[in-house]
Amino acid sequence: MSVRTARAGRERVLGLLAAMLRIRQFEETCARLYGEGKIRGFVHLCNGEEAVAVGVMATLGPGDAIVSTYREHGHALARGIPMDAVMAEMYGKATGCSRGRGGSMHLFDAATRFYGGNAIVGGGLPLAVGLALAEKMQGRKGLAACFFGEGAAAEGEFHESLNLAALWRLPVLFICENNLYAMGTALERSQSQTSIAARGAAYGLPSEAVSGMDVFAVAEAAGRAVASIRNGGGPVLLEMCTYRLRAHSMFDAQLYRDKAEVEAWQKRGPIVSLTTRAKAAALMTEEDYQRLLAAADAEVDEAVRFAEDSPWEPAADLGRFVYAEAGSP
Amino acid sequence: MAQMNMIQALNSAMDIMLGRDPNVVILGEDVGYFGGVFRVTDGLQRKYGEHRVLDTPIAEGGIVAAAIGMGVNGLRPVAEVQFADYIYPAYDQIVSELARLRYRSAGDFFAPVTIRTPCGGGIRGGQTHSQSPEGIFAHVSGLKVVMPSNPYDAKGLLIAAIEDDDPVVFFEPKRIYNGPFDGDPNKPAVPWSTHPKGEVPEGHYTVPIGKAEVVREGGDVSIVTYGTMVHVCEAAARSLGLDAEVIDVRSMVPLDVETLVNSVKKTGRCVVVHEATRFGGFGGELSATLQEECFWHLEAPILRVAGWDTPYPHAFEWEYFPGQKRVARALTAVMEAR
Repeated sequence: MSVRTARAGRERVLGLLAAMLRIRQFEETCARLYGEGKIRGFVHLCNGEEAVAVGVMATLGPGDAIVSTYREHGHALARGIPMDAVMAEMYGKATGCSRGRGGSMHLFDAATRFYGGNAIVGGGLPLAVGLALAEKMQGRKGLAACFFGEGAAAEGEFHESLNLAALWRLPVLFICENNLYAMGTALERSQSQTSIAARGAAYGLPSEAVSGMDVFAVAEAAGRAVASIRNGGGPVLLEMCTYRLRAHSMFDAQLYRDKAEVEAWQKRGPIVSLTTRAKAAALMTEEDYQRLLAAADAEVDEAVRFAEDSPWEPAADLGRFVYAEAGSP
Repeated sequence: MAQMNMIQALNSAMDIMLGRDPNVVILGEDVGYFGGVFRVTDGLQRKYGEHRVLDTPIAEGGIVAAAIGMGVNGLRPVAEVQFADYIYPAYDQIVSELARLRYRSAGDFFAPVTIRTPCGGGIRGGQTHSQSPEGIFAHVSGLKVVMPSNPYDAKGLLIAAIEDDDPVVFFEPKRIYNGPFDGDPNKPAVPWSTHPKGEVPEGHYTVPIGKAEVVREGGDVSIVTYGTMVHVCEAAARSLGLDAEVIDVRSMVPLDVETLVNSVKKTGRCVVVHEATRFGGFGGELSATLQEECFWHLEAPILRVAGWDTPYPHAFEWEYFPGQKRVARALTAVMEAR
């Protein structure tokens, strides 16, 4: 029994589990809808990485900005973009959070300060730096939380962004989701320094490697980092050690990793590990789990209904939002 | 001869060149162990080894930059950028270094680099997996820019590109990797085995860079196009029952002005078609050149059909994609003009 789990208390355990389950069930449904041709294009599931999204978001406030990747359904849902709007975006409907313009990889939402859904690897990091610099220059207290994969650490933008953020002591929380594979290429096959935290340290950022499969470990580390950033301590890098339990995308035979490796990580999955520990600590029961699962499924069903019933944007509006419109901010 | 789709034809081109020339090397994200996201480099690392087919990190600028250094120092690199949408971090290296190396060293140095990259829409890729940026490369002096529309040309042009001593940006229209596509997504997919250009020699041959091809002869109107749109335009001409001449440009730089001009002088009418956005697109160059060369032969203004001037949308892909209807509308307008 983990000390953290025992300390957490029943309500907190159930809250975190519920948040992870709604991501898991949402994505399982997306995979099914993909098979049915309802959702099309490129879809990347975060199965196995839910604890990172949920643990980090739990420490952020409404004034903070989020920058995410193309594997961002979990971030979007944990941040509070309504599931209806995310599902409708998956369909490409007018009620989607990007009005159907983006689809799975390009979710945006002003109300929750969610600055994408960025399908260019590394493309979001400089944006987070700019968001944070503006926040600081305008005397606000928000920070920019920037998610990226370990593959992005090879891109130039990673290095430019860490340097700028550290140099100007900007309120950026860099969250590397290190799932060990940049699509089909393993980390040790493609990067000379496999510790992303060591790279953060090289630029002078407080940096820490954290178990991304343990939602409490994630939340604790993120909580410490957020407190430090809010106190003017400058940017922090957290390397969340995690694993993508499903394929990279819907077209990936996964020939680059062993089944045994995947199975070993499955046993450490964030949902199963939390459930096992919490049950052992008598903080929850199987009935609790089934109740949360049913609630997640009900929410997903409702989101699917909403997406199905939603209209398409008129084709005549295709050209909207390329430039400012009269009367728009 | 063998039946090949475009993926197999491109793979065969690299296989042959790796076999013939020890200086040929392939590098890119997931090209080796994984075999390429579209399987274009499948099996090549197994066959030629990790020192000939290099897996790189996700670092497009670095991939191209390394290829330039390798190229100037005796190798003949074929760099893959996984999607044309990802090429922009490498744009500085391509424009500022690769394209100008020969010029600024007054001919002392050159880098025979081929950059392969899948482009174009029609696969629900949305704004970051669908773009057609050939025009911004054609605009850069010092680069050659090609885009095949079928397996035969794909293999012959890629071998020509690898053997070329100048840098070539090689665009692969990914919608037609597995079969020709006439622009109607509701029809069942057609394999390349149904198309004469799916017949591909197994050995070495080249399709010269800088030569357009008349893929359908006709006397009413010239359709000047390339990539996926070749097939869309052929279908549009057929559906209207027009005696249209369809020209596959194949090579944007250098451009086969003669073949284009001869056709337009013959027909007196012309529609230029590409998938890329219209404003400032390569169609403007085609249209301007043809207007300059053929003005006194023209019976109607040259029209362009292209993608709308917006980012590539996820929803409404088929309203955005310049399909048969839009091509047919332009053809009708050009034929009716007096």
